[in-house]
Amino acid sequence: MRTDRLWRRGRLGSEADRAAFRALHQASLAAPPLREGLTTESAERAVRHLRNLLGTPAVAITDTEAVLAWDGSGSHHLDQAAVVGLLAIEKGTTRTVDRGQLGCTTNGCPIRTGVVSPLVVDGRVLGTVQAFAPSPTAGLVRATEEVAAWVSGQLELAELDAHRNRMIEAEVRALRAQISPHFVYNSLNAIASFVRTDPDRARELLLEFADFTRYSFRRHGEFTTLAEELRSIERYLLLEQARFGDRLQVTLNIAPEVLPVVVPFLCIQPLVENAVRHGLESVEHTGQLTIVAHDRGHEAVLEVEDNGVGEDPEKVRRALAGDVALDSVGLGNVDARLRATFGDDYGLVVETAPGAGTKVIVRVPKFAPGVTV
Amino acid sequence: MSAAAVPGLVAVVLVTLVTLAIGTWGLRFSRTTSDFFVASRTVRPGLNASAIGGEYLSAASFLGIAGLLLVGGADMLWYPVGWTAGYLVLLVLVAAPLRRSGAYTLPDFAEARLGSRAVRAACSLLVVGIGWLYLIPQFEGAGLTLRTAIGAPEWAGPVVVGGVVLANVTSGGMRSVTFVQAFQYWLKLTAILVPVAVLLVVWWGDGRPHGTAGADGWSFPVAGDGGIGLYTTYSLIGGLFLGTMGLPHVVVRFYTNPDGRAARRTTVVVLALLGLFYLWPPVYAALGRVYAGRLVAEDRSDVLVLELPRLMLDGLGGDLLTGLVTAGAFAAFLSTSSGLAIAVSGVLTQDVTTRLVGEQRGGVAAFRLAAVVAVVIPVAAALLVRDVGVAQSVGLAFAVAASTFCPLLVLGIWWRRLTAVGALAGLAAGGLGAGGAAIATLAGYAPGGWAGALLGQPAAWTVPLAAAVMVLVSLATADREPAHARRFLVQLHTPESMSR
Repeated sequence: MRTDRLWRRGRLGSEADRAAFRALHQASLAAPPLREGLTTESAERAVRHLRNLLGTPAVAITDTEAVLAWDGSGSHHLDQAAVVGLLAIEKGTTRTVDRGQLGCTTNGCPIRTGVVSPLVVDGRVLGTVQAFAPSPTAGLVRATEEVAAWVSGQLELAELDAHRNRMIEAEVRALRAQISPHFVYNSLNAIASFVRTDPDRARELLLEFADFTRYSFRRHGEFTTLAEELRSIERYLLLEQARFGDRLQVTLNIAPEVLPVVVPFLCIQPLVENAVRHGLESVEHTGQLTIVAHDRGHEAVLEVEDNGVGEDPEKVRRALAGDVALDSVGLGNVDARLRATFGDDYGLVVETAPGAGTKVIVRVPKFAPGVTV
Repeated sequence: MSAAAVPGLVAVVLVTLVTLAIGTWGLRFSRTTSDFFVASRTVRPGLNASAIGGEYLSAASFLGIAGLLLVGGADMLWYPVGWTAGYLVLLVLVAAPLRRSGAYTLPDFAEARLGSRAVRAACSLLVVGIGWLYLIPQFEGAGLTLRTAIGAPEWAGPVVVGGVVLANVTSGGMRSVTFVQAFQYWLKLTAILVPVAVLLVVWWGDGRPHGTAGADGWSFPVAGDGGIGLYTTYSLIGGLFLGTMGLPHVVVRFYTNPDGRAARRTTVVVLALLGLFYLWPPVYAALGRVYAGRLVAEDRSDVLVLELPRLMLDGLGGDLLTGLVTAGAFAAFLSTSSGLAIAVSGVLTQDVTTRLVGEQRGGVAAFRLAAVVAVVIPVAAALLVRDVGVAQSVGLAFAVAASTFCPLLVLGIWWRRLTAVGALAGLAAGGLGAGGAAIATLAGYAPGGWAGALLGQPAAWTVPLAAAVMVLVSLATADREPAHARRFLVQLHTPESMSR
């Protein structure tokens, strides 16, 4: 009784079950390369698994112009594959290729007929999957069609991935663009006020302004070190202090151990800009701004705190959820980018209440795979 | 408690208070934007090197070497030589590329290089193991010091130091860890240098007696017993030279360097600072041959540094110097065990306790739980395991590090074809070999002859074994070479000034 049950558990089910497992396994092997999109490299890595899945002597993957990858025997048919691919792309449906069209004279070549099925994503044909066999069967046509549909699904996911990455890049660009308009206008006005009274200071401020813009508008690199980010914040604060004078008090407490930590480009600066705006623009008393960076072993903790008007927690929650109609535009963006970089455990924490100031806390791991300057 | 205990007690309390104070308030003074540049300046190589020295010079360096030299003679000089030269190997092969990898801990490096969670888990396990192996002698040394200095019972030392370290680490007292550890280095250097200068004057005044310093092969740099002695000596040298790069608390400190170039500079300064320190324990040993023969007979050579001032000087002078060396010894295991506890609990937090406590409760609770585990287990082990000798058990920790992380780092940095499977196999071979030998030795199993030598000093066979397994298994699984290996190695070896 007992041995019988053990024996049954050890088996992998019936022959049909095992065939299904094999097919699923081959599909899972082909999926990662296809998720990178349709390129020569990804096609070459996926085509072997697709051929195992179809069980034919040869399989080819083409894009709309040329053969990307060929696996199996009879590679002298490579040029024909490109031509028959075009046919299926034109019609947008699965086509069979008969002996006459392939016209193979080589002895022992198993490739006599083929099935060509288009890869369709969002109504656009991106390429074809082609299966070649000695004789045409309805089963092969059906299988090729199904495989093409599955590959199309993977390519659609790849497009989604690419789309999401483009969105994040666009957000970073948008964030850079957001810094400039107010700030450029206000800074230039502040500098202008010093030109006659204190030309040396005006010159220094202009140089700071130049350095600040160079950092903010730099094109390369998604990441930077905390030291660089803080240096840019320093310039920003010098310019704001030129504008507000004694009304802006800044206190810093930075543990030097965390300065080499790698963070997403411009992820602290918007928080400081928010704090300056909240801490000053609608308050009569002196604005107090505190920036603290702690070393917590494998993490760094950053806090940006102001003593300004504060905010309704519900509004902040909506801002973090991505509601862009709010004043704190930068907040949701920074939160999203931190989560995209380090995972959902590393979002922003905001402590605030009306009239009680605001404290934004950022946790950053000292190391995350793939995050380097 | 007798009057003789007073200087030791004062020293211990003072060191603890000053350490806590610097740790807590070291960076608490606020700054305004006008000196923002001071605030956002990265740690200079000189300061960072002092911190590495402070964390690295453990009870084994401060107490152990002098005792070993007193008994064993010049072949024990390989301990200080190896502990220093380990940084030379680190400088040449590892320092700058490791910094450029962006890794904070050794498991981080393994994950970044090989892209494998399994290798990461194996490395975390090894970090915890090596950390504990290294913490045990620190706590043992603490017991020794407190018993000698203030007559406390043997169990008091590990418990007191464990408690101070735990309070220090969990309360955030190591917040400005770089300053604390840099202070500890200079304290230790002062504590070993000033007494020895005074004692040398005393010796000169006594008419420069020779005692037994030159007799019976004491100054011969290879252990006796022919072939076995030669093996033991070379195995020790190999383990110490190659083990430094695999010590968890050393690697973590390199992250503070802003770039690879700064990492190299830091290492050079560390070499100089360690060289300066290690000049003096042998002088204690030589003076001990003249004045403290009694300690050898009583088998208490580990306390030589603590007792020598009183043996050579009477009255207030002896008391003051005793207070100073006690302060140095206490600083030695306080700083090393704090550094190790932070490194071990960091790894435990990342890979174990965060999952137990749950992310929502925050990192602090997870870190505290990890710190308790990281400290309590070696304290318990130090109470159970007796009389292995402080320097020997540190030597075993080095042997395990040399047999596991050294091949992983060197091959990972310099050999593109290392695979995750190969690394795992090599870590297992080296870890089981050296770790097994270490556990056998700690458990008191010491057969005579070659078997004893192979177990007591395993590095000479476990390091080549681990490296060979790593290379061969990697070659056998060449198709599993990480896809990003080439790009990653370019990143490791390209100076930052070129990549920006």
